[in-house]
Amino acid sequence: MMITNAANFLTGLANPTRFLSVAAKILPWMSAITLVLFAVGLYLSIQAPEDYQQGMTVRIMFIHVPSAWLAMLCYSVMAAAAIGTLVWRHPLADVAAQAAAPLGAAFTFLALLTGSLWGKPMWGTWWVWDARLTSVFVLFLMYLGLIALNRAMDDPTRSARVSAILILVGYVNIPIIKFSVDWWNTLHQPASVMRLDGPTIHPSMLYPLLVMALAFSMLFFTLHIMAMRNEIWRRRVATLRRQAARSVSG
Amino acid sequence: MTHLAYVLLSYGICAATIAIMIAWVLLDQRARLAELAELEARGVKRRSDPGSQAGSADV
Repeated sequence: MMITNAANFLTGLANPTRFLSVAAKILPWMSAITLVLFAVGLYLSIQAPEDYQQGMTVRIMFIHVPSAWLAMLCYSVMAAAAIGTLVWRHPLADVAAQAAAPLGAAFTFLALLTGSLWGKPMWGTWWVWDARLTSVFVLFLMYLGLIALNRAMDDPTRSARVSAILILVGYVNIPIIKFSVDWWNTLHQPASVMRLDGPTIHPSMLYPLLVMALAFSMLFFTLHIMAMRNEIWRRRVATLRRQAARSVSG
Repeated sequence: MTHLAYVLLSYGICAATIAIMIAWVLLDQRARLAELAELEARGVKRRSDPGSQAGSADV
């Protein structure tokens, strides 16, 4: 019964008009939850103790790690949307992928920049071409390439399939990013939260990190729904203009 | 630079990037709604709108 209801809800969302109506109802709530999570997350981040090795620079981790997670989550959302475009031709799948790309680029940029700002005082260098850093940089370039591809084509339905295939091919980079620290000898430290044997971080630093990760995730989902709504309107404007041009010429 | 400077710079850049993302989405929203309002004022309506002749699956 619950699965049927969920399936009906998702099928209903396939209609862009229905999606716009649901988005208008949930966006104020999502924005409020995001604000509360950021307020709590920032408070916990300030209250967290300094690390015995990193000192106060450990606080950079509370924004660097969520940014890096979101960089990968955003690409995973785009990959799921790409499957929706290629397999089910879901009307909102391409809209979701296109709307997510600039947000993913921004989070990846943040991960690279805050990582660099942490690396200088801790490693003594802004940047090294190790496997983790390089694969995240490749992810950033992939986001820029997908944004450029979407902008280069006038008709979004034509670019949808090409874009979806490129997204799925590029998805190979996500496990490379995740496991690069295990597969190769990198300056970047191995995973300390998402491990089979549990997190190795002390709770006093783990909780601020998790709350900030939730805040970043809510921010992404809120902005993604807003950007999807904008993309639907953009396509409606294009359709209406074509319709108006046809009625004038006909 | 001191460690505090690295922390403040990181949070500052993070806040600025998030502010730019929010501004981009809101400005885009305003521009799209203005375009739709302008088309509506000219009497251009979607085929699936009530009062139109045919339904449409247009996004």
